[in-house]
Amino acid sequence: MKFVAILVGGILINNFILARFLGLCPFFGVSRQVETATGMSMAVIFVMTLASFITWLVQNLVLVPLHLEYLQTAAFILVIAALVQFVETVLRKTTPNLYTALGIYLPLITTNCAVLGVALLSVQQHYGLVEAVFNGLAGGMGWSLAILLFAGIRERLALADIPPAMRGWPIAFISASLMAIAFFGFQGLFKDLFLR
Amino acid sequence: MLRDFWNGILKENPVFGLVLGLCPTLAVTTAMENGLWMGLAVIFVLTCSNALISLLAPVIPSRVRIPCFIVVIATFVTLVDMTMHAFVPAMYQILGIFIPLIVVNCIILGRAEAFASRKPFLNSVADGVGMGVGFTGALMLIGGIREVLGTGALTLFGHRLLDLGPSYPAALSFILPPGAFLTMGLLLGGFNALGNYRAARTRQRRRSALIERTASRAEAKATPTGPTAGAGAERGQQS
Repeated sequence: MKFVAILVGGILINNFILARFLGLCPFFGVSRQVETATGMSMAVIFVMTLASFITWLVQNLVLVPLHLEYLQTAAFILVIAALVQFVETVLRKTTPNLYTALGIYLPLITTNCAVLGVALLSVQQHYGLVEAVFNGLAGGMGWSLAILLFAGIRERLALADIPPAMRGWPIAFISASLMAIAFFGFQGLFKDLFLR
Repeated sequence: MLRDFWNGILKENPVFGLVLGLCPTLAVTTAMENGLWMGLAVIFVLTCSNALISLLAPVIPSRVRIPCFIVVIATFVTLVDMTMHAFVPAMYQILGIFIPLIVVNCIILGRAEAFASRKPFLNSVADGVGMGVGFTGALMLIGGIREVLGTGALTLFGHRLLDLGPSYPAALSFILPPGAFLTMGLLLGGFNALGNYRAARTRQRRRSALIERTASRAEAKATPTGPTAGAGAERGQQS
């Protein structure tokens, strides 16, 4: 039951983009087309799940036993940067197809604050290993859901007749606002599953 | 150097001009004071990291420069994190994970890569302070608007700066996430409209100046003392 709660909470209720404001730069940056948004989402789900796993190990097997919690920020970001580099290299050697699909998005993920954010949130909530991994997976899926919906909206916006001053960034933010209102409706869903 | 400072505040404002560092911009701006504290943290990190990176840049091999920059930035972020935890615990609670997340703020790595690693020390410091102040100003503006519309009052360090009174129906949604996106969208739209208006006005002015100049040149050709009169008219135009 707890895992269902983490999944539903991460995807719908505490959506990473629309409720927690994590990973906004790529959300606005690569959402002009559904196709690129799909590639980015796959990469984010993959890296967020893996990063949750690794950072949990780093936190609980290295930092806590050695009383080095104050190095958390630096350690996590380096681990994530190394992980992204490693994933990129492995993908290029083993599955070139997947690499060509995800390749250009992977370096961008290092500075995606959703990845570091999910690792820090899992530590804050004192999650166990499996819970932390689920949290990463749910976070990535929520992020992907939001960016895919948003990319669909933006593809249609490109054809719409918008006042010149509102074209581009402003209308994108306002669309995101309307999406956030819609997602706000999920707050009342699953009252007893509600996590914070 | 002064230009490097003002550049970050007006022309290339990190939030409204470059649209970078969005996560804290939208997440912590539920009140003006939160924006101010977040901004102060960013000013400190950005200035220090710009300064140190501009000094270290000549000795950092360019292949591993990004990890090196990240380590430098993470060091200063940890400093800010611990300082705020010790001295302003209430604000530390409110800003939450967005303090450690300064590490992945695109503005800081972006300035390190684009400016500090290739410019002299003092210019990098000026750029860091300017960008930081521009970021803080933007956060306070967004925070102020959201606080006033969402709660009907504006409070800074315990002083009530503005109170719309109990008759104002507080629009709670401005404090909630949707209001953040909406405020940002409308502000960007407003700045665009202002920019378009000013661009149109300078274009208009340039065009009328051109018409005047060609007219005066034609006039100068018509008169017998052509060259001197023409030069005089043109000099008059320029001044």
